Amino acid sequence: MSEKDNRPILEVSHLGIDFGGLTAVDDFNISLAKTEIAGLIGPNGAGKTTIFNLLTKVYQPSRGKIVLDDKDTNGMNTIQVNRAGIARTFQNIRLFDKLTVEDNVKIGLHNHTEYNMWSGIFRLPKYWNEEKRSHEKALELLSIFDMQDLADATAGSLPYGAQRRLEIVRALATEPKVLLLDEPAAGMNPSETAELMENIRKIRDKFQIAVLLIEHDMNLVMGICEGIAVLNFGKIIAKGTPSQIQNNPQVIEAYLGKKKEAK
Amino acid sequence: MKKISKSARSSFINYGIVLIFFLFFQIMLSTGKLSNSLSGQLIPICTYVIMALALNLVVGISGELSLGHAGFMSVGAFSGVVVATALKDVITVSPIRLILAIVIGAVLAAVAGTIIGIPVLRLQGDYLAIVTLAFGEIIKNVLNCLYIGADSKGLHFSMKDGNSLNMETGGTVIINGPQGALGIQKISTFAAAIILVLIVLFIIQNLVNSRAGRAIKAIRDNRIAAESCGLNIMKYKMMAFVLSAAIAGAAGALYALNYSTVVPKKFDFNTSILVLVFVVLGGIGNLRGSMIAAAILTVLPELLRQFQDYRMLVYAIVLILVMIITNNSKAKDLLGRVGAKIFKKSAVQKG
Ligand SMILES: Nc1ncnc2c1ncn2[C@@H]1O[C@H](COP(=O)(O)OP(=O)(O)OP(=O)(O)O)[C@@H](O)[C@H]1O
Ligand SMILES: [Mg+2]
Repeated sequence: MSEKDNRPILEVSHLGIDFGGLTAVDDFNISLAKTEIAGLIGPNGAGKTTIFNLLTKVYQPSRGKIVLDDKDTNGMNTIQVNRAGIARTFQNIRLFDKLTVEDNVKIGLHNHTEYNMWSGIFRLPKYWNEEKRSHEKALELLSIFDMQDLADATAGSLPYGAQRRLEIVRALATEPKVLLLDEPAAGMNPSETAELMENIRKIRDKFQIAVLLIEHDMNLVMGICEGIAVLNFGKIIAKGTPSQIQNNPQVIEAYLGKKKEAK
Repeated sequence: MKKISKSARSSFINYGIVLIFFLFFQIMLSTGKLSNSLSGQLIPICTYVIMALALNLVVGISGELSLGHAGFMSVGAFSGVVVATALKDVITVSPIRLILAIVIGAVLAAVAGTIIGIPVLRLQGDYLAIVTLAFGEIIKNVLNCLYIGADSKGLHFSMKDGNSLNMETGGTVIINGPQGALGIQKISTFAAAIILVLIVLFIIQNLVNSRAGRAIKAIRDNRIAAESCGLNIMKYKMMAFVLSAAIAGAAGALYALNYSTVVPKKFDFNTSILVLVFVVLGGIGNLRGSMIAAAILTVLPELLRQFQDYRMLVYAIVLILVMIITNNSKAKDLLGRVGAKIFKKSAVQKG
């Protein structure tokens, strides 16, 4: 393999943000290999979603550096970060509820569809060609989750699990290099979760992208993540392989152990 | 046969409704069955239908609120009148002058829309409503003290009074301050108005069902998700707003060139709200609904003349009924099916 393939696609160093007096994230470091599946875990309020919001510039970091594919994302906004290659899903699902499933995916394809307003209004050949292409592409992407039959349904009317899957498809449609999944299995039953696990792996293999996921379902995290970072009170308390994390006393104390008690 | 998409079918039904409306009233007109007051309402009806479509693009499709669309209408109205009157001797074919007036009215209204949109659409919240409200009032007051005249040397402008236009004798005053535009040659026709309705429908429907329209709706549904998909929020908010302003300007020119005089006061806050009422009653984002609401509620006061004192009471009752019907899914279904049937029949007859 060439040297480039070993270089990380995403490199985050000393990332942090303060909300007023509260330091929600501090000194966060992570490095993702080009086709790595990594996990971000930690108790509620640890700052996991905040890290996604920092990576996608929903919040501007107070400090630290985010380098994507050798490009510093400093000064970019959410839109530019997406175009640079980071796509995400949301913990509290954010679909375009009134649009159809297919149109939701087509919004993901927006920047890879090339015709302007006038071609659309006057239905020029470019409109027909590009719409046909994006229609086919959208169905192809939906077929990853076997959702092509739902193409004409309204996104807001889908069951919870399907909405989560649609968010992943929409994110994939933007052709990312790094895919961020915020609790993709939340609200899914065990068989749905198992299927999702397979599909995340399939997506990584097919699209050759890196996946960083936040998840409370330890079966999923331990099952597919190659590397895991554990967050507590905005700080990384452990990093390692699934077996290292499972046996780390600090992690058991802060997160894993607590979970067993709750059960 | 290729499957016709739902949106394409709905678009064609809308064209069909407009054409049936046109044929019906055209036949009534030519057989002399239409009362004077009602035939005088035909162009205003088309104007308000266009206004409702324009505002629905902002309120329903783009999810922003404009409380000053009458302001864009007045920009189009007065610039349209100036163009049509100034070119009276240069271009004698009145339809061409009408087209020019409408196009220039639309362009100037689009410029006004751009000036408002660039700073305001960057902000999130109800700022657009506040600023368009102010715009409507400001433009009305500016027009109230605007004087424009034309003589052989060209156009003369003044913000003081008619005398300071410094025109040579024989020049005509086109816009005379609070008295508005005077001596307008009525060159708008019902057919032209219908064509404009169809063009506007064509533009909005095709926009909505294309890449840009999808983006506009997505931003309305979820701004943060739209950003995370890499959509340029500002661009699409501007697109919807400026296009809507341009259409309102075109409607204004059409409207003004149907009267011999037009005063700035005609395009005040009440008119903006009236158009908003059409949009809300017809269903926010529902183009067909807002067209029907605009048409019915524009003629209604005329038709209710016979009720004399009870006029406003009946008007209010009809308002409530329209609201109930357009917001009840069962009633909507029924209307849709009836519409589809009518359309099918007319298609069969044509074919
Ligand atoms: N915009 C904000 N303003 C102020 N505080 C915030 C803001 N966003 C997040 N926080 C705080 O930052 C902390 C981390 O929140 P975050 O949503 O990242 O947690 P999380 O790890 O995703 O938790 P969960 O597992 O419940 O999703 C919380 O204390 C939260 O209240
Ligand atoms: Mg979270």
